[in-house]
Amino acid sequence: MSQTNRLSSGGLIDRRKPLSFQYNGKQYQGYEGDTLASALLANGVDIIGRSFKYSRPRGIVAAGAEEPNAVMQIGASEATQIPNVRATQQALYEGLVSSATNGWPNVDFDVMSYVGKIGGKMMPPGFYYKTFMWPQTMWPTYEKYIRKAAGLGRSSTMKDPDQYDTLNHHCDVMIVGAGPTGLAAARAAAATGARVIIADEQEMFGGSLLSSRELINGKPAIDWVRTVVDELSANPDVVMLPRSTVNGYHDHNFVTIHERRADHIGDRAPVGMTRQRMHRVRAHWVVLATGAQERPLVFAHNDVPGVMLASAVTTYIERFGVVPGNELVLMTSNDDAYLTALSWASTGRKVVAVVDSRAKADGDLVKQVIDKGIRVIFGSAVYDVDGGTRVKAARISGLTADGKKLTGKSETLSCDTIASSGGWSPVVHLSCHTGSRPVWDDNIIGFVPGETQQKQLIAGGIRGHYDLLDCLTEGMNCGYVAAERSGYGPVGKRPEYKVARIRRSPAMPLFLVPHLKPISQAPKQFVDLQNDVTSAGIELATREGFESIEHVKRYTAMGFGTDQGKLGNINGMAITAQVLGKSIAETGTTVFRPNYTPITFGAIAGRNCGELFDAKRYSAMQPWHEENGALFEDVGQWKRPWYFPKSGETMQQSLNREVLAVRNSVGILDASTLGKIDIQGKDAREFLARVYTNAWAKLGVGKCRYGLMCKEDGMVFDDGVTSCLAENHFLMTTTTGGAARVLEWLELYHQTEWPELEVYMTSVTDHWATMTISGPNSRKLLAQLTDDIDLDKDTFKFMDWRPGTVAGVPARVFRISFTGELSYEINVSANHGLQVWKKLMEVGKQYDITPYGTETMHVLRAEKGFIIVGQDTDSTLTPYDLGMGWAVAPTKPFSFIGKRGMAREDAVKPNRKQLVGLMAKKPDVVIPEGSQAVANPNQPIPMTMLGHITSSYYSATLGRSIAMGLIRGGLDRMGETVYYPQADGSVIEAEICSPVFYDPKGDRQNV
Amino acid sequence: MLHIFCPHCGEYREEEEFRCKGQAHIARPLDPEACSDEEWGHFMFFRQNTRGQHRELWVHSTGCRKHFNVIRNTVTYEIEKVYLVGTKPETEGAAS
Ligand SMILES: [Zn+2]
Repeated sequence: MSQTNRLSSGGLIDRRKPLSFQYNGKQYQGYEGDTLASALLANGVDIIGRSFKYSRPRGIVAAGAEEPNAVMQIGASEATQIPNVRATQQALYEGLVSSATNGWPNVDFDVMSYVGKIGGKMMPPGFYYKTFMWPQTMWPTYEKYIRKAAGLGRSSTMKDPDQYDTLNHHCDVMIVGAGPTGLAAARAAAATGARVIIADEQEMFGGSLLSSRELINGKPAIDWVRTVVDELSANPDVVMLPRSTVNGYHDHNFVTIHERRADHIGDRAPVGMTRQRMHRVRAHWVVLATGAQERPLVFAHNDVPGVMLASAVTTYIERFGVVPGNELVLMTSNDDAYLTALSWASTGRKVVAVVDSRAKADGDLVKQVIDKGIRVIFGSAVYDVDGGTRVKAARISGLTADGKKLTGKSETLSCDTIASSGGWSPVVHLSCHTGSRPVWDDNIIGFVPGETQQKQLIAGGIRGHYDLLDCLTEGMNCGYVAAERSGYGPVGKRPEYKVARIRRSPAMPLFLVPHLKPISQAPKQFVDLQNDVTSAGIELATREGFESIEHVKRYTAMGFGTDQGKLGNINGMAITAQVLGKSIAETGTTVFRPNYTPITFGAIAGRNCGELFDAKRYSAMQPWHEENGALFEDVGQWKRPWYFPKSGETMQQSLNREVLAVRNSVGILDASTLGKIDIQGKDAREFLARVYTNAWAKLGVGKCRYGLMCKEDGMVFDDGVTSCLAENHFLMTTTTGGAARVLEWLELYHQTEWPELEVYMTSVTDHWATMTISGPNSRKLLAQLTDDIDLDKDTFKFMDWRPGTVAGVPARVFRISFTGELSYEINVSANHGLQVWKKLMEVGKQYDITPYGTETMHVLRAEKGFIIVGQDTDSTLTPYDLGMGWAVAPTKPFSFIGKRGMAREDAVKPNRKQLVGLMAKKPDVVIPEGSQAVANPNQPIPMTMLGHITSSYYSATLGRSIAMGLIRGGLDRMGETVYYPQADGSVIEAEICSPVFYDPKGDRQNV
Repeated sequence: MLHIFCPHCGEYREEEEFRCKGQAHIARPLDPEACSDEEWGHFMFFRQNTRGQHRELWVHSTGCRKHFNVIRNTVTYEIEKVYLVGTKPETEGAAS
């Protein structure tokens, strides 16, 4: 394939390094230094997609981040697919594989173009909202159709083979943008010794200078760029980030930068290199030198391939040596765009005419164009375009001085390219990210950043200052100021910049070129090319009453695409203002939010994926659990053994075996994950009395007690056993999931409400390995492993604890029980956990000691009616609702947390939901957890719901199913029948009973 | 992301290390039993929705675990003051 539009010389590409690439299955060639967009244009590829709504052919419009059409799917293999890449920002590399995102079945022959009119009618402005008025059942059909037709790109279905990472920085001066302004700022700040980071989204630094013919200090601008880049590179305090988009500007000068480290190299990052990196920068001062983007003019059929931004055409010619057509008509409202005519003419191709909306203009660039003999037509505008898949002609007409009406005769100018310029829009996006609203400035015909709280300076194009000398000077000044305010400088001798000023005649505020017909009847005048928003759509929105710019945006979906309206939004606001008869300043603008351009999930995730996605916590006995075939359950970050299946067992069979082993002999549970908080201080006991609902005054050394914790509203939020280790020393246990929450809550009360109490709290969860042996043989087993703890039943009673030695290791043994059986919780230092566990298993063999997991523990405790906070409770239940009024001591002197709350009118009203036991009438039916209880299953829907099942199991001990659940007024409804209708239409009948299904007197744990 | 000065650690740390515990200076009534249901409801549930200077309680949860107060402007997100629990410096225009 020949590069028909490539010039033989000029530009910053390297013609000695040809690169071949694939686009839509065809091979093409470009050069090193090309973007995918410039290479496609060099090859004369006109159509690079189909539009979202009307399926119209679209071509490349811009040369940077604002490109709305050339949104590509990149990737040579399934694993390396990247959707939504702007071809204008993708560097060409050897072997690049790309395809158009939009267009089905292909961009050149599109089924949708035949039904385009239907598509258009189906998706009027307000589409998203009106659609939801349609039958909901149809929505999946529409969505499928729309997605397929519009094509929003697709992500890989395979694991991304590349790595991504994150880097945190601090710096003194963060400079965003490395055009003339940013480079001058970086140079100045770096000269003071400040730590500087300068980032730019483009492949190389230089910004507008990369396609400029201006001279700085008498030399080509690109030479100055190279000098400054070399100078900064040599400075160890300067971090230079090309290919790095500053995507977010967050509170307190926190900046997020998306660096594409290897996307320009190949389909995959080289070995040992991350593909992309997210920089998180905290800067003392930020200099925004983001420049400006050119605004296209809006006219009928302005979306036909071949209609481009004037400055983009210049960039393709000057930087890439590509002329994207043969015959140019330039449409402008300002002087700057005349550069495009000069560039085009210099290639030897034809400039048909410059159509200038202004009655006259005599700036330097205008004169140069006229001097070249190029036809300039003042007081006129391109109002319509001929052509379908490529521009064939521009229709021009005279324009009234206010730009509101066409006047005089029309003329048709044959051409294949129309470059348009409506002036510049400062890139204010980042300045908006922390809430600052842009302000309209009539002088520069654009929005500039509003006031901000950030330590932020703005310079150059973002302020609407486009003269090169102004940019360099402002950039330099801001660089010095930012550095000085960060504590550096001042610097004595400042560099001097000599640049010839270009005299410009005033620009004209023009956004929408009127048509012969009114807006609603004129051919489509596109405002937002990516979302197919037209001026008629905006007018319709305002006519339907959406007059606020935020409403217009949402109603029309203007700026909703991956380009976020970079090209179209200002025109849309101007057109809204025009149809409302208001000024742009009155209409205002929508604000921009992070991110400036789309970021890959890889860069967001960084290293936090796979094994590193979340921390995993294991107990000291994990190796044994794994060796012995445990299946694991996630409890917070903990991995807990769920149950230990033997070969050939179903889950239920395993649970039955484990349950019966505990009831009949002895089982062993790893309970290390329970939260443990060491509490010391002379007021520790008083503190406990205030945070627990029950009494602690008389708990002696060597004793343990179960307690409930409530929030101030009187609702249970955690529970556990606390033991008195010494007079001023306690060990509190919490639920596994609640450990951190409880500690922070205790600290909150201590630090803010009762700082006078002398009490110290430390988490010791990880310090101890806890193994619970439970069952009638547990005492015998323990006796074989300790010789210094008296296990006599009358000496070491239920709810006692003893220090001593177990398996030769110092231990604390707690005689507490969550199963209802005789149980001992053996705590040893975590480092000894595995060894003691193994010893227990070895010695316990004679009792057929059986390891059990959380699921069996749940069954065992449910047989006893013991609650699990968070499963049987949900922050709406008082201790009384749980039938646990025995754990509340209302006569305690201090009004403990929860006491006042549980006495509120609502908390004591009758008919509250209360926790009860439930027995299915058919003993083999396990009622699904979450099932809703009703009194009458034949009541028409919606039925009156009485509560729901919170815990439900098959109990091997009882040979039947058991359940716990909430029932309105349940504690007074023992023996009554309730019904649990199921999704499949069946109904489970159950009887309300006590939740204590087994050994209600507690004989077994007291033996 | 906020940059927060922990008065206990004596340095600026990233917001990720902290947790906001809501409006500051919500004192637990000394005699809860003397409160009406309405008063207790106010203590538990009612909070200001301040535009501007807002006194907040924060905890350096993954740092020193200590609580402290800040005055944060809810419009600009600027942290105008950081002070210890048990103190309440006057500031211009701060909501109480
Ligand atoms: Zn701290």
